[in-house]
Amino acid sequence: MRGLSLELRQEAPIPLDIALTCAPGELLALVGPSGCGKSTILRSIAGLYRPRVAKVAVDDEIWTDTSAGIRVATWMRHVGMVFQSYGLFPHMSAIGNVEAALATPDPAERRRRAAALLDQVNLGGLEQRRPDQLSGGQQQRVAVARALAREPKVLLLDEPFSAVDKLTRGRLYEELAGMRRSLAMPILLVTHDLDEALMLADRLCLVQRGRILQQGRPLDVVNRPTTPEAARVVGHRNIFPARVAGHRLDPPATLLDWRGRRIEAALQPAWSVGAEVSWLIPPSKVVLHRRDRPSRGEAENPVAGTISSFVALGDTTISAIVLDGGEPRRLTLHVARHAAERNGLAAGVRISVSLLAEAIHVMPAQRPRYRRDEVPR
Amino acid sequence: MDWDALWLSMSLAVLTVLALLPIGIGLGRVLAYRSFRGKEIVEALVALPLVLPPTVLGYYLLVALGHASPVGQLWHAAFGSQLVFTFEGLLVASIIFNLPFAIQPIQRSFEAIPVEVRDAAACCGMSPWSALGRVELPLAWPGVLTALVLGFAHTLGEFGVVLMVGGSIPGETRTIAVSIYDRVQAFDDVAAARMSALLLAISLVTIAATFHFSRRVGRRLG
Repeated sequence: MRGLSLELRQEAPIPLDIALTCAPGELLALVGPSGCGKSTILRSIAGLYRPRVAKVAVDDEIWTDTSAGIRVATWMRHVGMVFQSYGLFPHMSAIGNVEAALATPDPAERRRRAAALLDQVNLGGLEQRRPDQLSGGQQQRVAVARALAREPKVLLLDEPFSAVDKLTRGRLYEELAGMRRSLAMPILLVTHDLDEALMLADRLCLVQRGRILQQGRPLDVVNRPTTPEAARVVGHRNIFPARVAGHRLDPPATLLDWRGRRIEAALQPAWSVGAEVSWLIPPSKVVLHRRDRPSRGEAENPVAGTISSFVALGDTTISAIVLDGGEPRRLTLHVARHAAERNGLAAGVRISVSLLAEAIHVMPAQRPRYRRDEVPR
Repeated sequence: MDWDALWLSMSLAVLTVLALLPIGIGLGRVLAYRSFRGKEIVEALVALPLVLPPTVLGYYLLVALGHASPVGQLWHAAFGSQLVFTFEGLLVASIIFNLPFAIQPIQRSFEAIPVEVRDAAACCGMSPWSALGRVELPLAWPGVLTALVLGFAHTLGEFGVVLMVGGSIPGETRTIAVSIYDRVQAFDDVAAARMSALLLAISLVTIAATFHFSRRVGRRLG
């Protein structure tokens, strides 16, 4: 098999139950909250961490196979790793750092190749600077050049953008996206920033408590999470329980019974009628009804309630609504600031909204938060 | 001035430091990076010479290295001589009582190297030995230098252990510190004062030089 295949399992000290693959040239983003084990996955691939049960194979080479007692030392694996704070050698110049990873025996040739790599990451002219004389973004570029100098069979990026300011980050995203076309190895990017993963990744893998919650095309994972747990990890807040009441073909819709209220969702015929489910709607797909022109019932999935909290964040506003009809969870609504002002949105104000049916996504019912054998941390 | 004693002290200090260099780097590195069962005990044993009265340490070394001890007998079988009251025995004692001065600064300086830097060395394809030579020692060398200087100065000045294990045999075990004591006992204040001043000067210069170098390195790597 070409590319990376990985299996990690252990109970403690860091719970891991991971199986994944990454094709040559593919960028796989591992996304999850801090401490979910995503960095441990990268360190296991590099051989810097040894889980109880592990199998790491890249192309035709087996790097780790605990069942066969195989463990190739880190320094013998062709792995390029960019660390969160880069791990540059502080006593070496930029070019010295890159040369340190080159196996080329001829010093002149080594210097030439290191200089070419620094050029590739737009650091030409700064070869002789030591890390403490470089900005954060420049240090990150040295780290990337050094990782590539190793001629890696797999490139591991551990939160490589987290230590730079937003402006620099934008440029680094562009540079990585540009450079990717020339990279033929599997690339794993660990990040807690979903937007970063959406921008850069071919595939997204949600990790929580050492388990993969969901993987797939980034937009699919974000818009169509397969479980309420995954939905919460990608930031969905409007998750509610319902029962499937039926399917309608013309116009197509799946009908949900939500605490006695009938709502229409995009047709998702795989759900059997009567099934207990969860459903979600992104806050941007909850549409405010104009308060000066109350709905006469023709609107899509109309619901009403009272604003319990109202926050303005720059150009947008976030309202939490206590709904009529006994739903204990609040509905979150994003409204542009000018529209919020025009409609007089504020805490305590009664409003009605529409839930856009096309954006309602149905998932299995919420499991109890913790299994009995799982102690919440 | 007892030049023989000065020469002997210098030889003892240089040989002690040379022997401590690999021990300090090896053990200091292990204590810095590894965690293992009984690590606290090893660290306590290494630090013990710091707090033990030199005469107590000297007594136990005398017992441990004496002709009745396994070490003493092994030495006798190998070299046909005894270990205590010889220069070689003094060297062994000197290495042991200098362990904390060598290991602790080296351990601290290895500990100060960020894990990511060490991991990066491995990811760059450096073998452990190569990483030690190209990354770790260049970063840890102020600690190594401190260890060498402290070991050197401390060996020159050690008195109690030397007297217990070596006695005061001219040209064999009489170090400059012991010689100063002898001179004072003999009311030869001039010689004692000269030798003391020399010892003071050597110690001051070596310590000042270390501070100077480690500060310069600190600035460079800041």
